[in-house]
Amino acid sequence: MKKTTRGGKHGKMLVLFGIASFLIVSFVVIILGEPVFTQLVFDLEGFIETCKDPEVLNCIGLTIGTSFMATGIAFLVGTPLAYILARKKFFGKRVIESIIDLPIMVPHMIAGIAIFSVFYRYGLIGKPLSPIVKFFDAIPGIVVAMLFVSVPFFINPVREGFQSVDPRLEKVARSLGATEWKAFYKITFPIAYKHILAGIGMSWGRGISEFAAVIILAYYPMVASTLIYERFLIGGLEYSRPVAVLLMLICLGIFISFRSVRK
Amino acid sequence: MIRIKGLYKDWKEFSLKNIDLEIKEGEYFVILGPTGAGKTLALEMIAGFHSPDKGEIWIGGQNLTDAPPEDRNIGFIYQDYSLFPHLDVKENVEFGLKLKKVSKDKIEEKTRDIMELLGISHLSHRQPSTLSGGEQQKVAIARAMVVNPRVLLLDEPLSALDSKTQDRLRDELKQLSEKQGLTMIHVTHDRVEAMALGDRIGVLMDGKLRQVGTPQQIFHRPLNEEIASFVGIDNIYEGESRIENGIARINLGELEIEAITGKEGKVKLCVRPEEITILRKGSRSSARNLFEGRVVRVSERYPLMKLTIDAGKEFQAVITKKSFLELNLKEGSRVYVSFKASSVHVL
Repeated sequence: MKKTTRGGKHGKMLVLFGIASFLIVSFVVIILGEPVFTQLVFDLEGFIETCKDPEVLNCIGLTIGTSFMATGIAFLVGTPLAYILARKKFFGKRVIESIIDLPIMVPHMIAGIAIFSVFYRYGLIGKPLSPIVKFFDAIPGIVVAMLFVSVPFFINPVREGFQSVDPRLEKVARSLGATEWKAFYKITFPIAYKHILAGIGMSWGRGISEFAAVIILAYYPMVASTLIYERFLIGGLEYSRPVAVLLMLICLGIFISFRSVRK
Repeated sequence: MIRIKGLYKDWKEFSLKNIDLEIKEGEYFVILGPTGAGKTLALEMIAGFHSPDKGEIWIGGQNLTDAPPEDRNIGFIYQDYSLFPHLDVKENVEFGLKLKKVSKDKIEEKTRDIMELLGISHLSHRQPSTLSGGEQQKVAIARAMVVNPRVLLLDEPLSALDSKTQDRLRDELKQLSEKQGLTMIHVTHDRVEAMALGDRIGVLMDGKLRQVGTPQQIFHRPLNEEIASFVGIDNIYEGESRIENGIARINLGELEIEAITGKEGKVKLCVRPEEITILRKGSRSSARNLFEGRVVRVSERYPLMKLTIDAGKEFQAVITKKSFLELNLKEGSRVYVSFKASSVHVL
């Protein structure tokens, strides 16, 4: 008898949890699905035209490309940091972890202003680099803004990935003749690769979606979000929505393929 | 073969203090000690995973104190075997050979030979997560042995296994070391394992190597009370020794024990519980201690019985279940405790 009562209680909890889950999933699906549905059902022609518009395609290509560059930099510089954070205890580790998380918390308009003041022609980094690279209204400007906001999205999952690899596996590999480097790329890296892919996907997606931090330093060349914003201001929902839907579908496609690779 | 000189290390909550040790070629050496004694740390230092604060490690005539693990040619086997989860069994075994730039044919041949030797050929393409504990251990041994290590280091290799597999693999480890002439250093907290496997045993307690000797010396001639108690000797007493006609008589107050020792004055002595015979009727013989007493506690340690007998002093004795039944013993039974003078070890 007791067992059934208990089972019943669990059942009720799961039903409530199920309802809550349904609500939150619906919330996301409705917001993202509505414009897609409206666009594809009521204005398919406008959508097809947008798909052929070279300005739109250029912007989306630029967005995807710059975000990949930012992710590439995050990968090269962030992977070593993620490893150190996963493996070592040292004074100030908490501080570094908090610093890495800051871009999640800082309002992105503020981040944009900060990035601008460091990277514009007379900025702390912009000035000494000015003979070699231009950040203001240029691709490098877009990349640094995207890099800033996406760094925590790369580092955190990768650190978790490295933490999940037992350090003894590295030790055994060393005893079998592997150098530190080989133990890392033959053992630790491949075991953590799912987390690394997750980090790449998250950081890349975060870069694509960035708007506020990008426009202050690099309104031009326009990334997709800037174009959508501009078209919204000029022509309202009807002019901006097709671009938004196209970007959304492309992102969805890439994310789904990422997920299937991770499995 | 392996010489450790004056080794010191402080690491996290563990420490090693002034470890001096020599291990011979082909020897099966067991480091025995309680949890937290620093056993794994000692093993990891031989492997080069930590560098010592002080002291030297020599292997095969070379000073390898500061050499990285990959230059030491040492096999390491952890308690959980640490198989690479992203590689199948064969890839795990081949791992070390592939790093050594051996030709493909040679890799194939060596891998096949070692897998046959350990009887794991049929597991070639299995993922480590699908293997039993015993199988995982064999794969770990194969992976370590395939590169011809100078010494195999084993960190509690049997403790994660069920007792039946433990018994079987203990025998196999011993045979393997004998057949292959491989030098082994095996760390354990398990006395039975140490006794069964070790050519010699080193007792490590609180980061110090307290005694090194054959199993016979460690288990029957422990150097001090602490070691005696750790190796399972419950009968430890203090008394006053005097020598008469070449035999020591040690007065414990309530009774007098005969022992073979040259020591006089205040001494500590111990008697292993299995050296004690329980008799229903006492008959005195020379150089034999015999005391009358009463069984105060009986506990079953299948297949043995452990008895506590009060004969002025409390004695712990271990007898087989069969003799327990034949003697018709129970708590309160009157018995005689008997042991040879030569079974008494004066510390």
